[in-house]
Amino acid sequence: MSYLEYQVKYVPSGFRKLLYLNWPIVFLVSAVCGAGFVMLYSVAGGSMDPWVRPQMQRFGLGLALMLVVGLVPIWFWRNMAVLAYAVSLILLGLVEVIGVERNGSQRWLDLGPMDLQPSELMKIALVMLLAAYYDWLPLDKVSRPLWIVIPLILIAVPAFLVLRQPDLGTTLLLVMGGGAVLFLAGVHWAYFASVIAAGIGLITAVFASRGTPWQLLKDYQYSRIDTFLDPSQDPLGAGYHIMQAKIALGSGGWTGRGYMQGTQSRLNFLPEKHTDFIFTTLAEEFGFLGASTLLILYALIILFCIASALTNKDRFASLLTLGVAVTFFLYFAVNMAMVTGLAPVVGVPLPLVSYGGSAMLVLMIGFGLVQSAHVHKPR
Amino acid sequence: MKRGPKETEASARRISRRALLLGGSQLALVGVLGWRMRSLQVDQGDTYRSLAERNRIDIELLPPDRGLIYDINGVVLAENEQFYNITITREDAGDVDAVLAKLARLIPITEVQMARTREELDEVRGDMKVTVAERVPWDDVSRVVVNAPALPGVTAELGVSRLYPQETDMAHVVGYVGPVSDYDLSRIDDQDPLLRIPRFQIGKTMVENKLERVLRGKAGTLEVEKNAAGRVMRELSRTEGEPGSDLQLTVDAQLQNYVQTRLGEESAAAVVIDLEQGDIAAIGSAPSFDPNLFVRGISQADWDALNERDKDPREHHRPLAAKTVQGAYPPGSTFKMVTALAALEDGVVEPEETVRCLGQLDVSDVRFHCWKRGGHGNMNLHESLKQSCDVYYYDVGQRVGIDKIAAMARRLGLGERHDLPMSAITAGIAPDKDWKRRERGEDWRIGDTVNASIGQGYVLASPLQLAVMTARIATGRSISPRLVRSVDGVEQPSGAGADMGLNENHLRRIRASMFDASNHRRGTAYRTRIVAEGMQMAGKTGTSQVRRITAEERAQGVWRNEDLPWHRRDHALYVGFAPYENPKYAVAILVEHGGGGSATAAPIARDIMLQALHGGTPPLSAYPASDRPRIEDQQRRLDLRDIRPGRTADRA
Repeated sequence: MSYLEYQVKYVPSGFRKLLYLNWPIVFLVSAVCGAGFVMLYSVAGGSMDPWVRPQMQRFGLGLALMLVVGLVPIWFWRNMAVLAYAVSLILLGLVEVIGVERNGSQRWLDLGPMDLQPSELMKIALVMLLAAYYDWLPLDKVSRPLWIVIPLILIAVPAFLVLRQPDLGTTLLLVMGGGAVLFLAGVHWAYFASVIAAGIGLITAVFASRGTPWQLLKDYQYSRIDTFLDPSQDPLGAGYHIMQAKIALGSGGWTGRGYMQGTQSRLNFLPEKHTDFIFTTLAEEFGFLGASTLLILYALIILFCIASALTNKDRFASLLTLGVAVTFFLYFAVNMAMVTGLAPVVGVPLPLVSYGGSAMLVLMIGFGLVQSAHVHKPR
Repeated sequence: MKRGPKETEASARRISRRALLLGGSQLALVGVLGWRMRSLQVDQGDTYRSLAERNRIDIELLPPDRGLIYDINGVVLAENEQFYNITITREDAGDVDAVLAKLARLIPITEVQMARTREELDEVRGDMKVTVAERVPWDDVSRVVVNAPALPGVTAELGVSRLYPQETDMAHVVGYVGPVSDYDLSRIDDQDPLLRIPRFQIGKTMVENKLERVLRGKAGTLEVEKNAAGRVMRELSRTEGEPGSDLQLTVDAQLQNYVQTRLGEESAAAVVIDLEQGDIAAIGSAPSFDPNLFVRGISQADWDALNERDKDPREHHRPLAAKTVQGAYPPGSTFKMVTALAALEDGVVEPEETVRCLGQLDVSDVRFHCWKRGGHGNMNLHESLKQSCDVYYYDVGQRVGIDKIAAMARRLGLGERHDLPMSAITAGIAPDKDWKRRERGEDWRIGDTVNASIGQGYVLASPLQLAVMTARIATGRSISPRLVRSVDGVEQPSGAGADMGLNENHLRRIRASMFDASNHRRGTAYRTRIVAEGMQMAGKTGTSQVRRITAEERAQGVWRNEDLPWHRRDHALYVGFAPYENPKYAVAILVEHGGGGSATAAPIARDIMLQALHGGTPPLSAYPASDRPRIEDQQRRLDLRDIRPGRTADRA
């Protein structure tokens, strides 16, 4: 694999690369993380502890990682794709064996100073591997069944492991993110139509298996689906969180109740207020203006990624950039849909804002890859 | 692998198309999210804002202090007692079993309490307080408080409850309170949110019940901010309520105590009315019960005892019934004043006109007997009352007619429900022809008049009504009884009443006859007279049959009360007023199945009257010399309570 394959006319080298970074993305990502600090400070009741300080440290680390990853040539990362996927898969397997269990889910590996969530790593690793795969695969073979089975297996294996933790949200993200890369790589429409049909079949199976010894989801996951379909049936039980989240969101109005004035989060009506439901606090305290500003920041990140990908003639680079963007999009779209009552509560954090180390670092590495693709694109 | 420029171009084009498609749908979804937020936050913002307020702000009611009840001298009849409950909260306790075990070493906790506490703890939310022990003595409370650090989640909660310091004396006057029940809520039309407070105490009987709204007061409100767990974070605002109004009753606790003690375990009732304003000075019903039992939640054993579960129903003394106002009895000879007054007012009888009593009178083939089998001989009005001749009234009654007798009875306060704040007050019956047709669907017969003229047959009166009747005869005014003297210091309307418009000469004759009945050697109550100068009592005995005496029994001579089972014996009655010259009190006594009025009721009436006139234990000199040793012994044996007037309870 030669550098010349890209018909490179000019590629920056050394610290000149810094000038060619996709700086808007750096700023947008920092801005979103900043919003996260502000909100974590608020939900902690006006305190740096216990969430803001570690989150800031991780952001610093993540920013450094993003730059480092961004300055490393993109072809290096293409070569690393298989390794990254393999490592992530092994870690996922380890979770199965020696994972730390919290709230009935076994998702974490205890790494001493911090817990690692391998399923987060896998999100990026899967995108990398799929992008590399389609970069390697001749175009005329893309839609051949045999060459489709391979990426499907690559998606299915980690998805299955994550589902067993169980982590429905991440499973969906993996499957949808992987599927998006397949779509971008040009796999024939018919496959997606059949996958959608299969999806419907799976949903049917999930519901059909309920109550039987081999039921596919845990009881709490079923109850979440039930309450999503009809939150009012159990306002004090499982529907409580959805109801309270909507109340918090709605009570924000146009301009919100003021920073640190949100009664819903202040008085503990909100669940998981520093992780999955942090957006409700933001919406409560900063209103529609604050909420839509964050939404626009997210949308801009996506747009800059797409713009970068469209101007990149390297197949791996653009697939990777788009794949990271889709993963990121799925994160915040599912989270926001969840807290606004448009989707069931599946436990997906708000990217870069929710408290959580693995997700933050993995996303920063993902954006590092986007930077690398941007810096090293053939010009 | 090597890729030609063409292939690269093709790949880039395909990626571009699909990327734009995917990007477009992503933007569309972002649009959907934005639209959703707008709809929640802007369009429905007000709705959710108010939901959030309701979430957060809770209005707690501050129960007002219930009004206190005093007697006429300021003796407390009902007060509010503060007490402590020991509670535990599961969430704060952590290891509940360990904490409860430690607690049990500090204060006495029964196995039952322990089991109930555990059961409740399992049922309620983790942050709810569960009562472990109620009404814990102060020593135990302080032990718990001192050891608070070792007892996480355990707190001493201050509670307020009603206390009746006069115990059994006032049960049939003041009544009692109890926690509001679903039955109460279904029965009363009261929107007061206080009633929704669990275990809120409301009046269940008598004054506590009838003057509930006066005594209850108005709730204050406390606006608090709560978190999702329902824990109060801070007070937002506080509106003080209004405490309930204090009541002062007309009853004299000391006299009431004497009355209840004197009646003892007899099934009896006594009413004393102060003639000046119609104030009820004492209104006692025996046997009585301790109202505090009901406030604290009565035990099954106590409840069974009060309902006399272990006794023959025919022997029931009914301690829960206020016989003074709820019981309707044939008034017997105490009704003769009514017949006599009706006859005098109607003019059908001259006072000196005589009727010959032969011990019996045949009226339309039915033989009516006088209590004195040999007959009284020639009787005028005065003698007939004094000696309580029945035949005289059989004759006079027929001449006056039942409608006029009934009208007089009503003027004297019989057959009328007196408006007192007491429960289930009976109207009694002052029967006339209309009444019988209406109620029985039968025509009035002359025999009914004969029976009614001596207070038998259909005539029924409560002891209160008999006391009112006596008070009206003694004063000539239409006295109506009053039980509440003042509410929050505001004097209530007097019951003194206006002149009834009866001929004063007629009244004077009746009173004089009553005086002789008690003080003349041949009077029926001569043995129970008062000899103290200026305190002499005028009165009338009554012995009312609770069943018809059969001809056989009469033939066999079996009508001695002592030979009959208790429930078939005659009721003993006495009504009277004193002092004769300047009446101050009227009294009515009823002893259920007590036998003769002169033997059973009259002595009680005299003791109570003397007690009332003296404001304490009377000197023995007020009694006839022959009675003094017996009275002295009786006074010594009566276990009266020391009641100090003027004591004011601390307001909670």
